Order: sequence, then structure tokens, then C-alpha cells
Amino acid sequence: MKKLLTSFVLFTLIAFGPGRVMAQSGGELHFCLRSEPKTLNPLLAADDASETIRYLTGGVLVRVNRLTQELEPALATSWTVTNGGKTITFELREGLRFSDGTPFSAGDVAFTMQQLMDPALHSPTGDAFRSSEAAKVETQVLPKNQVRITFPAPIAGLDRLFDQVAIMSSKSAQKEMAVLGPYYVGENKAGSYLILKRNSNYWEKDPAGRPLPYIESVRLDIQQNRDLEMLRLTRGEIHFINSLDAEYFDKVVAQDPSMAHDAGASLDSEQMWFNQVANSPLPPYKKAWFTSTNFRRALSEAINREDLARIVFHGHARPAVGLVSPANKFWFNAKLEAHPFDQKSALERLAQDGFHLQDGVLRDRGGHAVEFSVITNSGNKYRERMATMIQQDLSGIGIKLNVVTLDFPSLIERISRTFDYEACLLGLVNDELDPNAQMTVWLSSADSHQWNPSQKTPATAWEADIDKLMRAQASTLDPKKRKEDFDKVQEIAWQQEPFIYLVNKNALSAVSPALHNAHPVVLRPQVYWNIDRLSLTGEVARNR
Amino acid sequence: MKWARTTAIVFLLAVCAACLLANVIAPASYARQFREQPNASPSRQHPLGTDDLGRDRFSRLLYGTRVSLLLAPAAALLTSLLAALVGGIAGFAGGWVERSVMAGTDLFLSLPWLFLLITVRALLPLNVSPILSVLITFAMLGCLGWAGAARIICADARVLAQSDFILLARASGSNGFRLLWRHLVPNLKPVLYAQFWISVPVFILTEDNLGILGLGVAEPLPSWGSLLRELEGFSTVSGQAWQLAPLILFILVVSSFHLVLTKEELPV
Repeated sequence: MKKLLTSFVLFTLIAFGPGRVMAQSGGELHFCLRSEPKTLNPLLAADDASETIRYLTGGVLVRVNRLTQELEPALATSWTVTNGGKTITFELREGLRFSDGTPFSAGDVAFTMQQLMDPALHSPTGDAFRSSEAAKVETQVLPKNQVRITFPAPIAGLDRLFDQVAIMSSKSAQKEMAVLGPYYVGENKAGSYLILKRNSNYWEKDPAGRPLPYIESVRLDIQQNRDLEMLRLTRGEIHFINSLDAEYFDKVVAQDPSMAHDAGASLDSEQMWFNQVANSPLPPYKKAWFTSTNFRRALSEAINREDLARIVFHGHARPAVGLVSPANKFWFNAKLEAHPFDQKSALERLAQDGFHLQDGVLRDRGGHAVEFSVITNSGNKYRERMATMIQQDLSGIGIKLNVVTLDFPSLIERISRTFDYEACLLGLVNDELDPNAQMTVWLSSADSHQWNPSQKTPATAWEADIDKLMRAQASTLDPKKRKEDFDKVQEIAWQQEPFIYLVNKNALSAVSPALHNAHPVVLRPQVYWNIDRLSLTGEVARNR
Repeated sequence: MKWARTTAIVFLLAVCAACLLANVIAPASYARQFREQPNASPSRQHPLGTDDLGRDRFSRLLYGTRVSLLLAPAAALLTSLLAALVGGIAGFAGGWVERSVMAGTDLFLSLPWLFLLITVRALLPLNVSPILSVLITFAMLGCLGWAGAARIICADARVLAQSDFILLARASGSNGFRLLWRHLVPNLKPVLYAQFWISVPVFILTEDNLGILGLGVAEPLPSWGSLLRELEGFSTVSGQAWQLAPLILFILVVSSFHLVLTKEELPV
């Protein structure tokens, strides 16, 4: 009897005792989406909300571990890339089922690839695989639960692209709603909320053999207002905010420092560039300024990046080094450092090009006062503040900078069609680690080569060098060779500064103490990247 | 209520004097960034603290008040003159002239002019100084704000045109411009004054709205729009009551403008 009583007490303490922190199954996780998902079809996901649903529900063949940035097996137990990067062969797990009970097979992978590459579908995920328009993608179902996919041209970093491809069922009557991920869409109240329910057929188990995910359901409330989202977090109505800006982050720190998580520099960057388009409607003397490496380097040195990070982003940003953030562990060129703030050196560089100070005003060889405008999108107070600080920094070397905020469509019109602008300050949101994702920016023929887009032949020798190196890294599968080539690209970009990289913003998030095993990282999705291993405290799980 | 009117006039004069003497009163330049003291609390050096970039809030409030308070009446004057011209002629002429002009006015009123302002601002040259930018903004406001007032003035002019004293003036041989200038305009003065005083806070608010959209006065020049923009988000000012100074001043000034109007000048 005594033994029985002791067992009961122990059970009670374990099950209901305060301060319990071990992984607890059940409960409902709450967080907010900033907008309604535009689609629930994982192949068409392009907006943040749709990508969130895809991440939580989609089963993928391989998954990039957001913490280690390494590729890990998921639905595929192993994979090999052959044929010079054209072919990838996956060996699939056996005995898996979709959320509706339909069995998973190699035929489903073939079906998904067929859908993904269908030009009529216009899948944004499929675009990453379209290296050539010449021929179709071939998918072969092989014995031993293997599937082979052959592309018409080599694709560097091919295996990592499958992190975004959620496998769909070829047989299920539920079509894209039958999923292989940890959750499936249980309820969708348009404009209000979505409820994702635990997929009992999910394949993964924890080391103790318990089925994953731990949390029973996920409620995603659509909430555009960030103030209300913050209020809900502090009231305990939601469990985390995946991405915060510096101002809100400081408010979280002030309220409860244990909830605030700064994962360090993210992949996102803020940068400024000059219009170098040959046929832009700028006067020739200004074109000469903007195409001069010394001019760009001098202005870069005249900008105090440390102050930008400290004041505009409240210290939650790092001075940017170049096109790759230090957060990108493999591809970042560690030899490079952020350009130091040195106005004396800036003036010396400018003097090499015939610029001189006259009564506190910088003038070029022809006597023109150096004055130009920088455009940025209205409504983004961080960019407006950065521009205002740069304005004061440049006044220190006699340059007059006019800050112009434009509505986004007008800004895009100027930087991509009329080229009627002088300098632009914008940011780059980067999700991809592989340099191939930056091909559309760095190839001189690319539309997004912002400082001088869609060139028939490279306008400068250094752009020709970058073209050559970017193509070289994309055409080999040897990671070491690719890294060498891409390091050189980073060095050239650092020396020439077609983009003056300003800061890399930190990945900031807020997580309730009720949520366990959350380790926010710099890659998206920062907080719920390990959704299947997150758990709620016993009290919360029971109350929900 | 005479005391209230007097108090309002004295207050407005004091505010105008303070902002005209901003160069003397302000502890620092409105653009100077004290980068070691961003978001500082009020102190002897910075009576209203500093903003996010370390700029002295009190100096920015003085210069911002100067910009908004001097240019808004200028824009209101322009609007009132245009409204008097269009509405007065339409009401006085009557018939098809009135119908045509009022149809044009209705069309003008139906335009989404906030979007028009955004578009016009986007089409302007980029290299304009902040001073020129603010002049252009208020000039546009002045040019676009006349239509509502023109309808009121037209209705008033129509009534006046049919009144006995105008009939008597016509019978005495007055016609055309003389009739308009000597008899109609003096009798339209009360409604014109009222329209002017009403337009001033409307333009200040519109510039605030443009500022919130990032399309008002260019940095680093302050205006009430850019100062009020710092109050975005209800949690921003919690525990930092001094940040409410521009809002309080704005409410007091707009209220004073309304108190300045006499009972006779207030629109029905």
C-alpha cells in the first residue's frame, strides 16, 4: 500500500508538479501570421504566410537544418548527385503514409516533379530548377524505392533546392491537402485564423521512440498590427513572434528579457548603390562620379556603419562586409572585413579623382558641387533614418545629400525602367545560402543587376570577371572550387563596391517561457524551424 | 467667450514669435545629431530630450512649428483666393456658367487627391532642397484644396446676386467688374475669412498625413508631420510623456484657430 501511495505521489508530481520542463505532448501552439496565406498549394507558395504553411505541413525529401545549415535526410534516407549536377537519385523511406492515410511512394515524387516543372503552373519553387528551357525534366521510378530526377542542364546546389519542395500525393482525393509534414490544415477561417492539426502519420520519432510532433495543434491567427501582436505575446495569448524589428525587440527586453532572443546577424542586408546605367538621364559629370571606383569607395568609407547599427537598429545589427553575411557560415569570405569609417581616407581617395574641398563644399574637376539624391521607400523608418544619418556623414566630406522617400511603385519604376535616379537605398531579404541564388543580381546580363541591369556585354572589366566566376562556380559540383570562385566574387565586390553594403540586421524573435526546445536561429523560420520537437509546458498543454 | 478668443490670439502670437525666433531660442540646430545621446530624456541641454537619431526635440519642435504654421496659412490663403475667384464668378454669373463651373468643381472634389499628391510628388525632380520640397508640398495643397470652399462661396454669391442691394446697384448703372469688386466681394468677406481659418488646420493635418506616408517635408527639415510620426504605435510613448509635446502643441494651435473665429464668421 505504501509503495502504491509513493508511486501515486511520484506520478502526481511528475504529471502536475510545478516547473515541469520535459517535453510534453499535447496542447495548442499559438502564433500570428502577418497576412493571410495566398495559397495552400505548396508548389505555389511565394508569400511569407504561404511559406509558413508549407513549412509546417509539407514533407520534403531533404531538409536544411536551420541550426547547423547542413542538409539532412527527411523523406529520403540518402541521395546522390551525378552526371555533372544534372541528375539526383533519392532513396526513399518505406512504409510512410500521407496525412489522409494514402501510402507514399516514388510515384508521388515523380508526380510532384511533374507538377512543379509544369510551365502552366508558374511555380515559384519550380523556377529555381529551371536552368535551361531546352528540354523537360525526366523522373524515373527505380527499384528499391528509389527515384531519379534528371534535369536538362547542371544545377549547382541541386540537393539543397529540394528543401523547398513539399511532396504531394498522386493518388489522394484530398490533393495538396494530403501532406507528409508534421501538421495538416484542419481548419481555415479566411482572414481570421488557420488551425493545423497533428499528422498522426508523420514519419519521425524522437530518440526515445515517441512519435513527433509533440504539440497537438497549431493555431495561426492573422494579425497585421504588430502592436497587437506584441500585446498578445505579453498577455500569454501567443507563444512567440518569429521576427521582430529592433524597436519591438527592445520593448520585449524591457518587459521580460528571458523572452527576447537575438540570434545574431541574419542573411538580410541593407545597401545603397549608385545609378551606373549608361543611357540614364543623368548629366555626364554625375555619371563619371558614379562609375568611379574611387568615388564609391570614398563614400563607403565616409559612412559610419557602426553608428547605423548602434543608433538605427539599437545595436541589433552588424556593419555589413559584403554580399554575403557572416551568418552564411560556409560561403562567407572570412578574409574580408567591413569598410572602416575614415573620412580622411575618403577625401584622399576623392583627391585621386580630382575632387577637392572648397569652402566646405566638395567639388569635382569641373567645379561642380557634389550633390545628389538618394531614394528609398516611404514608410520604412529604418531606411529613412539610415539615409538621414548618411546625409550627416557625407556632409562631413562636403557632400550634399538629398533624401527622397517615394512610394514603392514609383521607386521601382525609377530603378528598373526609367533609371531616373542617382542613388538608391534598399534592403535585400535573403533566404538562400547558396550563391546561385545571387546569380540574378551579379550577372551583368541580369535584370536585378541593379546598378546597371541587363547589359549585353559587361560594361567593366571587373563585371566581366564576376560574370566568369559566377558561371564557373555554378558549373562545378566541387564545393571547394565553388567556394574559391565565390570568394573571389566577394573580393571584387568588396573592392569595387557597386553595392555599398551598410548593415546586416540581426535575427530577432520573442519566445514565451511556456514554449520548450525553441532555439531561434538566423535562417527562416527562426523560431519554429524544429516545429516537430517544440513542446509546451504541462500547464499550458493541459489548459489548451 | 471674448476672453477665450483673446487668449487664443495671444497664444498663437506667442507660438509664432517663438518659432520665428527659433534661431535664437533653439539650443541646437534641428539637423544636428548628438549620436552619443539618442532617445535621451529631457535635460538642461535638451529640454524635450532627443529623438531616435539624437536630434534635439525642442529645436525640432520650434523649427517644425515654423514650417507648418507659416506655410499652412499661406496655402490656406491661396485656397481661399482660388475659391473666391471660382465660386464668386460662378455664383454671380448664375445660369449655365454656374452649372458648368460647379460640375467641374464636383469632378475636382471626386478626385482621389491624396493619390494625386503622391503621384505629383513622385514626378517631381529628386534633387530639390528640403525648403523647396516643403514649399512645393504646401503649394500643391493650396492649389488642390479650393473646391469645397468654392461651393460654399458660390452658394453665398448666388444669394447675394439676387439680393435687393445688388438689384439697386444694377439699376444705378453698376455692372461687371465694379459690381463684383465693390458690392459682392465685401459682402463675401465673412465667409472667406471663415474658409481661410478652417483651411489652416486642415492643411496642417494634410501635411501631417503626407508626412506619415513619408511624402511630406524632406529630411532633415522638421515639420509637425514628421514630429507626429514619431508617435506611431500606441506603446511608443509609454513612459516618455515628453514625446507628446508636438501633439499637445498641435491640438492647442488648431483649437486656437477655431477660437479666433467670431460667432458670425463660423460657418452654419
